[in-house]
Amino acid sequence: MRQRQNIFQNIDWITVLLYFILVLIGWINVYAAVYNEEHQNILDLSQNYGKQLIWIGTSAFLAMVILIIDAKFFSTFSFVIYFLIIAMLIGVLLFGKEIAGSKSWFQIGSFSIQPAEFAKFATALALAKFLNKIDLNLNKLSTKAIAVAIIFTPAVMILLQHDTGSAMVFSALILVLYREGLSGNILLLGLFVAILFILALLINKFILIGLLAANAILIYYLYKGLRKKLVWIIGIFILTAGYVYSVDYAFENILEPHQKRRINVLIGKDTDIRGAGYNIHQSKIAIGSGGFAGKGFLKGTQTKFDFVPEQSTDFIFCTVGEEWGFVGSFVIIILFLALLTRIVLIAERQRSKFSRIYGYGVASIIFFHFAVNIGMTIGLFPVIGIPLPFISYGGSSLWGFTILLFIFIKQDSVRLELL
Amino acid sequence: MNRNLSDRKYFVIAIFAIVCIIYLIRLFYLQVFDESYILSAENNVLRPTIIYPNRGLIYDRQGELLVYDEAAYDLMVIPRQVKDMDIAEFCRLLNISDSTYGVIMKRATKYSRYKASTFLAQISKEDYGYLEEKLYKFPGFFVQSRSLRKYPYPIAAHMLGYIGEVNNKEIEKDSYYRSGDYTGKSGIEKFYEHELRGKKGVEIVMVDVHNRNQGSYRNGKYDTLSEAGRNLYLSIDAKLQAYGEQLMLNKIGSIVAIEPNSGEILAFVTSPVYDPNLLVGRVRGENFNKLASDTLKPLINRAIMGNYPPGSTFKMVNALVGLQEGVLGKYTSYSCQGPASSPIRCTHNHITPLKLQMAIEQSCNPYFWNVFRSIIMNYKYDSYAEAFNAWRGHVTSMGFGAKFDTDIPFELGGNIPTEETYNKIYGKNHWNALTIRSLAIGQGEILVTPLQLANFTVVIANKGYYYPPHLVTAIGSKDNIISPFNEKRTTTIEERHFDVVQDAMLEVFEGEHGTARWSKLEGVHICGKTGTVQNPHGDDHSMFIAFAPKENPQIALSVIVENSGYGSTWAAPIASLLIEEYLNDTITRKHIEKRIIEGNLINKD
Repeated sequence: MRQRQNIFQNIDWITVLLYFILVLIGWINVYAAVYNEEHQNILDLSQNYGKQLIWIGTSAFLAMVILIIDAKFFSTFSFVIYFLIIAMLIGVLLFGKEIAGSKSWFQIGSFSIQPAEFAKFATALALAKFLNKIDLNLNKLSTKAIAVAIIFTPAVMILLQHDTGSAMVFSALILVLYREGLSGNILLLGLFVAILFILALLINKFILIGLLAANAILIYYLYKGLRKKLVWIIGIFILTAGYVYSVDYAFENILEPHQKRRINVLIGKDTDIRGAGYNIHQSKIAIGSGGFAGKGFLKGTQTKFDFVPEQSTDFIFCTVGEEWGFVGSFVIIILFLALLTRIVLIAERQRSKFSRIYGYGVASIIFFHFAVNIGMTIGLFPVIGIPLPFISYGGSSLWGFTILLFIFIKQDSVRLELL
Repeated sequence: MNRNLSDRKYFVIAIFAIVCIIYLIRLFYLQVFDESYILSAENNVLRPTIIYPNRGLIYDRQGELLVYDEAAYDLMVIPRQVKDMDIAEFCRLLNISDSTYGVIMKRATKYSRYKASTFLAQISKEDYGYLEEKLYKFPGFFVQSRSLRKYPYPIAAHMLGYIGEVNNKEIEKDSYYRSGDYTGKSGIEKFYEHELRGKKGVEIVMVDVHNRNQGSYRNGKYDTLSEAGRNLYLSIDAKLQAYGEQLMLNKIGSIVAIEPNSGEILAFVTSPVYDPNLLVGRVRGENFNKLASDTLKPLINRAIMGNYPPGSTFKMVNALVGLQEGVLGKYTSYSCQGPASSPIRCTHNHITPLKLQMAIEQSCNPYFWNVFRSIIMNYKYDSYAEAFNAWRGHVTSMGFGAKFDTDIPFELGGNIPTEETYNKIYGKNHWNALTIRSLAIGQGEILVTPLQLANFTVVIANKGYYYPPHLVTAIGSKDNIISPFNEKRTTTIEERHFDVVQDAMLEVFEGEHGTARWSKLEGVHICGKTGTVQNPHGDDHSMFIAFAPKENPQIALSVIVENSGYGSTWAAPIASLLIEEYLNDTITRKHIEKRIIEGNLINKD
């Protein structure tokens, strides 16, 4: 309680500084992306950069509020917040407004709010609260099941809103479980499943299943110790073959055509640069054309001529790449790496398990957004519409990330009060 | 355990770092190493230009070119790239008004500020040459080459059809099309659209702020080649077609000529006709409206869309059915009371009683009433309706009452009444041969198209079978024969019954009293039959069917001249001249030709 007088004293200013730099870079690039000769007033509220200023201001206000509120508020009300958000996700499914094929927005006056953006910090809180229990053993199946349920309930609701990108973000929380004792083999398994997934799309399923069979036979003969476990080898083979088969089936029958095309574009099966491959191709041109030093502020052509779609939101990195070149891209990536590393290090210095787990949640969510968003613009990931944290235009997104980060900063600032 | 778990932070940070390093390497490659992404500092922009393939050419059966492509140019605009420019000069150059410029620009901007839309379509080669020199002054504008259809001979417009801009429905149905593309709208152009259209290509070029082409982007890595459409080889004989159209000048009606042993259509004339070149390019809309509002309906293809009662030509159908059903023999004779006959009068003056051959030759109405009555009142069947259905089966087997469904779009099927038709009109079991007697002489509910009539002539020439009439013989190259239509269809009439009909038809030309004896052609045995079709809307239609030579039929045709009176006056000589043209390649009977060509039946009053 004695710290109350000065709530700013123990704040990690490095993190706050990184946050402000990223937000500022974001605004400059949103301005550049939308810039045109006809609208030059930076306060013009009809333009995205004008609105983004409002979002930044309100975010600063939110951050202040979070820093003032008692830190225990969030740990105490974790589940309440979580279920409130779940209710909102259900609400948006029922009463939401459809924008660009996703029914994930509440329309309030002229502003729209996307509950999915807030589900992220709520889920991180709930997960932290759950794992906070003393003597929790993550290798117990029931514990795993509840943790997975906490993570995937909002994900499924968001998936139902046709917002595949935001739903996928929740899978990043696996990293939190890993830190809290989930076997590393599960991460490896996840990696194997992902590799098999890509192979299943690239290679004819019969050839791939043949290869898996050959592999099983090879293992059987090479590792004599495994001979007794023939049943296991056969079982795993059948499982993988079934998986390959169902990936193929799911790809052909369950994915929506635009998702299918995006994946085909990425793995090189579809080269129609005027059709599905258009975004990614234009995005690569924009970034590539930036060269080493970039074309200069407001000098970008690719991003301004609307060659790149969604240039102020999901494809904002194109503007960075084009106008600031490799130098700018480098700076952004290093800033993110610094922020992520800082969060992990801060998380590790927490005495409270809750704060540590929440910190890892923050890091994983920001990392997933960062990796997928930039990976998409440089053609290493399929086009998945999720924003670049702090940089992309958008109120819900900026608010969401600000709340996510500042709850953690607040938790950290009171770490010494816990004994 | 706890110690170990805390170490996991290194692994997590390592993952972050590895991803960042991979991204930095990738960015270094994209931005620094791979120079091809670096567009010059002069705001180079990419412009994908669609390369429209040449549409397939269309040839006639002699290899004569009927349709080809000529280059034309569309002026495109990307509104966002339009800079300050001399609009007055621009408008002068294009010969448009300032307000038109405003309207088009507004439309284009509304469509997209960043994507190209057509500013002015189908600029001719000459105008393009002039425009090209000045285009550098007008950034944002560029020219895309297209092609226009050209017709060296102004013939066969209906059969060839025309192409036009795709509508929204067509774009929805086939993702190949983009707004502004062309597609076949009627005739051969429509039916063979997929063969003719080829495949569009895309060329991506870089242009600078001065609208100058800076060459292909990334050495054409993302370009796709266009593929020309495939050529079509028609069964049409252009010379015969042209001659047919000439003979039908100032007359309403149609001619269909078919090669009997293949079903290939040799001539496909409808009149009035128009020059296919009228429906091409920028003048198309205006001309189309003009043709569409013409009271003579020149856009209708009467050869497939005209439904006519077949009149006396149908008597041979009844003769063949009678022979096949065994109720009529070559020597069956009936008497004729001339104009006093009942229930159908006879308008011809001839001996009585008379036998089948004479009855066909003289087109005796009472004789065929008796034939038809014996078909319907046949003791073999339990009811009139059953006998009627047997009759109908024979008739439809000869190609009447339904479409052929070959490569001719918008074909009508004519009409052969069914049992239900009469049950509906008269009530079940309340009709008999007398009730439906007009069928005996090809009047009443029967409707046939000129194409069906020509096909019936083929059936007689072939003595009992036909190939569905069609227009295209080969696709791609002349030897690449397509076969879906080379499927022989056999009628229900046996071969032996055709001799007496053929002999009678020969007498129509050769006989002392033959109705077409004035149109006889020396040295060629033509078989024919006149028809004078009563028509509630005006004067009788003159109708004629014929094939020749009798021994080895090369051509079978039907001729219909609307509201022109007797079959022997107009239709018969036209048929005879066409046969002469096709078989002998020269016309000896210049006086007949002159009378026909000069005959104006449209403004006869």
